[in-house]
Amino acid sequence: MARVVVLGGGVSGHTAATFAAKWLGKNHEVVVVTPNSKWNWIPSNIWVGVGQMTKEDVTFELEPVYKKAGITFKQAKAVSINPEGSESSVKPFVTIEYTGQGKAGSSENVEYDYLINATGPKLNFGATPGLGEGSNLGEFTVSVCTADHADHASHELQKCIDKMKKGERQKFLVGTGHGMCTCQGAAFEYIFNIEHELKKAGVRDMADIKWISNESFLGDFGVGGLHMKAMGFAVSSRIFAESLFAERNVDWIIGAHVNRVEKGKVHYELLDGTMGEETFDFSMLIPPFAGVGLKAYNKAGEDITSSVFAPNGFMKVDANYAAGSYENWKASDWPSTYQNPTYKNMFACGIAFAPPHPISKPMSSPNGTAIGPTPPRTGMPSGIMGKTVARSICDLILKGENAPLHKASMAEMGAACVASAGKGLFNGTAAAMTIYPVVPDFEKYPGTGRDTDYTFGEIGLAGHWIKHILHYMFIYKAKLNPGWTMIPE
Amino acid sequence: MSKYGEKNIKAYGNNYTTMTPGPFAKFLRTCVVYQFIRFIIINLKMLVVVKKSH
Repeated sequence: MARVVVLGGGVSGHTAATFAAKWLGKNHEVVVVTPNSKWNWIPSNIWVGVGQMTKEDVTFELEPVYKKAGITFKQAKAVSINPEGSESSVKPFVTIEYTGQGKAGSSENVEYDYLINATGPKLNFGATPGLGEGSNLGEFTVSVCTADHADHASHELQKCIDKMKKGERQKFLVGTGHGMCTCQGAAFEYIFNIEHELKKAGVRDMADIKWISNESFLGDFGVGGLHMKAMGFAVSSRIFAESLFAERNVDWIIGAHVNRVEKGKVHYELLDGTMGEETFDFSMLIPPFAGVGLKAYNKAGEDITSSVFAPNGFMKVDANYAAGSYENWKASDWPSTYQNPTYKNMFACGIAFAPPHPISKPMSSPNGTAIGPTPPRTGMPSGIMGKTVARSICDLILKGENAPLHKASMAEMGAACVASAGKGLFNGTAAAMTIYPVVPDFEKYPGTGRDTDYTFGEIGLAGHWIKHILHYMFIYKAKLNPGWTMIPE
Repeated sequence: MSKYGEKNIKAYGNNYTTMTPGPFAKFLRTCVVYQFIRFIIINLKMLVVVKKSH
């Protein structure tokens, strides 16, 4: 009997664990270690953040679902990995620290045959003074990264709406809270949901709304921008995004590294080296991501963290980490099996794997400050990676250790994104986009790096309906309701 | 509604070089019949992308 341990119960980890349990059956064991008792459909946190959904609408308890699937659930955070075991243990193991199930604070060593690291990120608020401490959100801004954060954001937003109704003008600042952030798409969706809600409340004329981000151009989205087919043209996402901002009267600051936050004000440095500050009454700034801080030890107990993890704390996999400068980057630098090069029974997927380099061209200010988006690894790609890794591990267990690994490179994978503003069935619109592949392949698709037959975007009710359907469909799937395997990632 | 996007353009400001939708483009975005057709087309396109990604 083999034991597969999955660290993390987010999109990637949950997908990997549930498929592994289904394919392995009852002869093998799947264990999920996650500090949260609930699963969260993160894309809908945006709607929680504007009060159109409650946090209960976007979360559910994991334990009953895992019980149904025959998965062992441990509500705990992983602290360290011993991929060679230890002097007292032949088998590799993970040291975990419980956060619930009546055992909070107690530790346990969980042995494994195969390990999937899908911890997701540490929300590194502490990287920007004033944005927060460590992984905790500070007092000056709000966030939509978790359902609780989004719920808090919604209450703060309502306070601003109340003030505007009393005639007090309010200034909104939304975007990224550091020069090395990702997830611009989430902030993009949130700013237009705020704009929509203010319009709905009849106070739009009392609000100044501004975007601030580390993108070198609007519409970069951490993927170096994209060209999408529209009206017979291959249109840059820059035009697409700028048009939307102009139409909704939202101003922007780009190429910005927010280096300090204080009450009602952010300080930032721009790509040209100039410094600036911006005031706000309400601000949602996405924090940078880092690895969750897992340590690794060899059999003798020596610290091997730096050989298992990249400096940013994400786990090394089968990527080319020696690609060098932007001019040398290739699509083939990106990992396809997500297997750790040293310990073949360890895999990392979702945000937890260390990307070889960014997707957007790295830039820095004359002062040497790196300002540029880090690569997004969330949503659809994250789910596909989780399923692919689960399939590889199941083959290794069921067909033998020489079974070929399955592949899912982000350079050969597309993604569908829907950024919806509003929640009503007929009074909202959405920007629906697909991108193929996520990582541009300039050798295969000269010029744009993408196949423009499968990279498109448009604004309208249709995308808004799709966003609604995705919300209910993915929660249905994650609960393992009948037919869940038929719903694609 | 007709030219509501254009009034936000600021000469030589951030948004001076972009495009804004006209009334027909705006109408199509919320026209239920047109959007129902787009809904089917976008879903099919997304399914192709999903299939190519697995």
